[in-house]
Amino acid sequence: MACQGLQKGETLESLKRESETLKKKLEEERNKLNDVELHQVAEKVEVLSALSIKTRRVLKGHGNKVLCMDWCKDKRRMVSSSQDGKVIVWDAFTLNKEHGVPLPCTWVLACAYAPLSGLDNKCSVIPLSLDKNENLAAKKKSVAMHTNYVSGCSFTNSDMQLLTSSGDGTCALWDVESGQLLQSFHGHTADVLSLDLAPSETGNTFVSGGCDMKANVWDMRSGQNIQSFESHESDINCVKYYPSGDAFASASDDATCRFYDLRADREVAVYQKDSIIFGASTCDFSLSGRLLFAGYNDYTINVWDVLKGTRATILFGHENRVSRVRVSPDGTALGSASWDSTLRVSWSFSTGSNYIFRFIKLLFWVNSRLVLEFTVAF
Amino acid sequence: MTIRNVLRDHGQRYRPRMACLKKAEKVVLEMQDPATGVKLQPQRLVITTIPHAITGEDIVAWLADRFQIDAQEARSFGSMLVALGYIYPIQDHKRLVVKPDASLYRFQTPYFWPTQQWPVEDTDYAIYLAKRNIRKKGILELHEQEQYNRLHKWMNHKWDFIVMQAKEQYRAAKERKKPDRVVFDCQERAYWVVHRPPPGTVSAMDYGLERLIDPNAHEAKTPDDYERIMIFTQQSIMRPRVKSSVSIGALVKYCATYKGHDPFLSKCLPSNPWLTDDVTYWALNMPNVEIPTKMRVERWTFSFGELLSDPRGRDDFRLFLKKEFSGENLAFWEGCEDLKWGTAATMKEKAEQIYKTFLARGAPRWINIDGKTMEITVKGLKHPHRYVLDAAQTHIYMLMKKDSYGRYLKSPVFKETMKKAVCPEEHKFSDSQLEQNARNRRPSLSPIIIRQQEQEQKAKMAASAPVDITQLCRFTTPVPHLAVYSGITDPPSANASPSLPFLAHTPACPSPISVALDSTSASERRAEASEGESEGNPEARASAGGNVSKSRVALSLRRLLKRGCTPSSMFASLSPKCNSAAGTSSRIQPITPDEPSQAPPRRIGNFFQIKVDIPPECRIYPIESEDEDEENRAISRERLGTKEIICPWESLTPQNGTG
Repeated sequence: MACQGLQKGETLESLKRESETLKKKLEEERNKLNDVELHQVAEKVEVLSALSIKTRRVLKGHGNKVLCMDWCKDKRRMVSSSQDGKVIVWDAFTLNKEHGVPLPCTWVLACAYAPLSGLDNKCSVIPLSLDKNENLAAKKKSVAMHTNYVSGCSFTNSDMQLLTSSGDGTCALWDVESGQLLQSFHGHTADVLSLDLAPSETGNTFVSGGCDMKANVWDMRSGQNIQSFESHESDINCVKYYPSGDAFASASDDATCRFYDLRADREVAVYQKDSIIFGASTCDFSLSGRLLFAGYNDYTINVWDVLKGTRATILFGHENRVSRVRVSPDGTALGSASWDSTLRVSWSFSTGSNYIFRFIKLLFWVNSRLVLEFTVAF
Repeated sequence: MTIRNVLRDHGQRYRPRMACLKKAEKVVLEMQDPATGVKLQPQRLVITTIPHAITGEDIVAWLADRFQIDAQEARSFGSMLVALGYIYPIQDHKRLVVKPDASLYRFQTPYFWPTQQWPVEDTDYAIYLAKRNIRKKGILELHEQEQYNRLHKWMNHKWDFIVMQAKEQYRAAKERKKPDRVVFDCQERAYWVVHRPPPGTVSAMDYGLERLIDPNAHEAKTPDDYERIMIFTQQSIMRPRVKSSVSIGALVKYCATYKGHDPFLSKCLPSNPWLTDDVTYWALNMPNVEIPTKMRVERWTFSFGELLSDPRGRDDFRLFLKKEFSGENLAFWEGCEDLKWGTAATMKEKAEQIYKTFLARGAPRWINIDGKTMEITVKGLKHPHRYVLDAAQTHIYMLMKKDSYGRYLKSPVFKETMKKAVCPEEHKFSDSQLEQNARNRRPSLSPIIIRQQEQEQKAKMAASAPVDITQLCRFTTPVPHLAVYSGITDPPSANASPSLPFLAHTPACPSPISVALDSTSASERRAEASEGESEGNPEARASAGGNVSKSRVALSLRRLLKRGCTPSSMFASLSPKCNSAAGTSSRIQPITPDEPSQAPPRRIGNFFQIKVDIPPECRIYPIESEDEDEENRAISRERLGTKEIICPWESLTPQNGTG
């Protein structure tokens, strides 16, 4: 037993009890101002009309699990990273592959337009160029260096700074040009799996979630953990701010998504269903924040009505785990990346062994209600 | 050892992250309940009778009924149970899905469930393959042969043991009754299909990257950990909170406000590009489009943040502020944003620059903040860091939000934009048109090119307006020059292109002199002044003389120069870069040729109102350090004329003062 640093009359047990009492007190304190529940407020809100969301594009080209994707600000391009060690920049609208960057490491877990990070504990920034012959990988620049795998990354408001989360339990803010560590964020006791920056102009905060089942809100300036929420029963795979910046949602291995109000300082909704037993790996809000798209390990995407707490619809189409869902910047489409959808295209015996071509799907979901109207009209 | 935290135990030792398995197990047990479970019946398959078989449709129906879900979801759920190996297909044993027809399935025996306390071992697999190999019928498949060979090579040292085991098991199986044997074979085969899937198939057992922390491991906490938790909890208890009804109300209101703007919930005019393959929607909503859509303008009214985050909205607001002569507030805020999110290398210079431009007493674009904030900021600037201006920035942000924003929404600028805004008609494409659209998908301009263009534009602007101030807003706004002191110094070009000079390609280059003055620091000017007085650089005059007003300015300047307060070298550095700007503005100038000389006095009055409380000798430039401070003041007192520099180029004061 580690007994160092114990004051007289203190034991680990007593400390544990004390911290438990404090936590209870915190809950009481939080409940004092809890005068109404979200679903009660939302009772007056009109019910969502039936959503009909269909796949509009399938992007094929990765040779293995697609682990992450992100939209470009121009609303039609996206970047995806895969276990095949490649990063591809797509024009999703025309299905063109515009850049392909081979990377030395196969588990590129996170990509943002345009930093990429992965299992080699580094986060690199790759400047894109128009020259087709240019070797993009050679221009790659390592920015962040963690002591364990980098699970997520995001540019801050400019492309001069990069925020990363890592399996070593920390998050860090980096200067892209010099690779200098600007601020590190300690507080998680296990792997940090995801982070998201506050969307508001004034916000200097970000939220992170990890294997310690905590979702922490951080002040980027001081590196202080301001708020912490512990209600998930398993690893938090993804955290995402509500578009107004006053709340955030988290997706967890315990098969639930939860919604936390930052100003009320508590969890206000749990999105779960008996029939959903597989972990949620990713989530994102629609533009108005009314819909929460969540990708699950049972290959489906569930769409939740954020206010009512009910499920609006479910999307099928992927044939393996959904690793990432992201709503495009103008909210017109939902991009989702999945681990695998193998498709046997051809068998060739000329060399004596079989060839299996694998395709990865990046599916596009768009509300197709309007399409139906067109077909009726004509 | 056996006592573990109940919450954390997912029944997994080797697959700690698959919490779903326990839940799936519960469902499977429920399904096997003799009374309420799925109907079991012996089924004849070719020549053998298979006991306790179930059909795919029964599974789907049961799940749909149990969870109150539709058939498709029930199918997907059932397929997951099959993929995990709780149920196995009898006929098409390699396709681990539930078919909603009469195809047969069986429940896997718990021995082969994935919820095990031990890992799946290669030795067992080798025995299984060897056994299949012994059996006459058991011709191994291609991938199995490969596996077999690989294992044989790898486990060569104990291959005798493996073959012996396989033979033993084979003999034992032969002694069983036939149905039992068939069932056991099926179970075993199903187990290995799940755990050693043929290449190219999806394996539900694959859960990706091993995470560092084992959720089953007992957390060892040190007293320090507890201390930290307690301190943090204490802080959390003290945290101010908002009543739930208020904060939740705000969330609900946000949804309601933006509902019409969410393409998933309401119409997206003219049409969603992903649906119709028509990019008009994107074209209409380009970041710096001249005429925004009604929807977009409407969004600016939702919140101040919304206005600022839209580049077009920010331009509009900037225009309004310019007319109100409070443009420096936005420029300051942008400067602060740039400092905060900018690169580390130039951070210090930027902070200094912002201080000189906006905060120092007598700064060219002095902003009005209260003394306390000012004190904090100035103190912080001794050791600048990226968040040093936060207090001042928040102050200015709130000022704009509470004050300017409200007035902006009521201003003619906004009303004009609102009036001009377009409301696109909804597209009505026929099927054939839609098909054609799909064929004619065109790639858009690459973001790389757009970025390059933006940068070129910025470079051009920076060149035509050689000020550091422009660089302050370089990364936050695509229209940097507007942030410059242009409100006062360059009315003609502002009048000529009131909406968006950036798009109209009319670089609203502020009068170079003002700019130069703004940007030259005290020390620089001291150096330049010592270079001696000359009659003004011919080059400078050549370029400035491109148009009437410019030459007038140059004339008044020469007068100034004669008095020796502004060094000529400054113009030398300015003039070459100014050529293009002078060229364009000469085209604009004729519209209001006399305005520059007439309008300014009024404006200057306005301008000076803000700074009345500043002692005249301090209107000179920000000072880097305190010892320099005194020196500079001395210099400024020496050259009395310098105080007129503040606005001499366009006001009548110089003439009056010297005359």
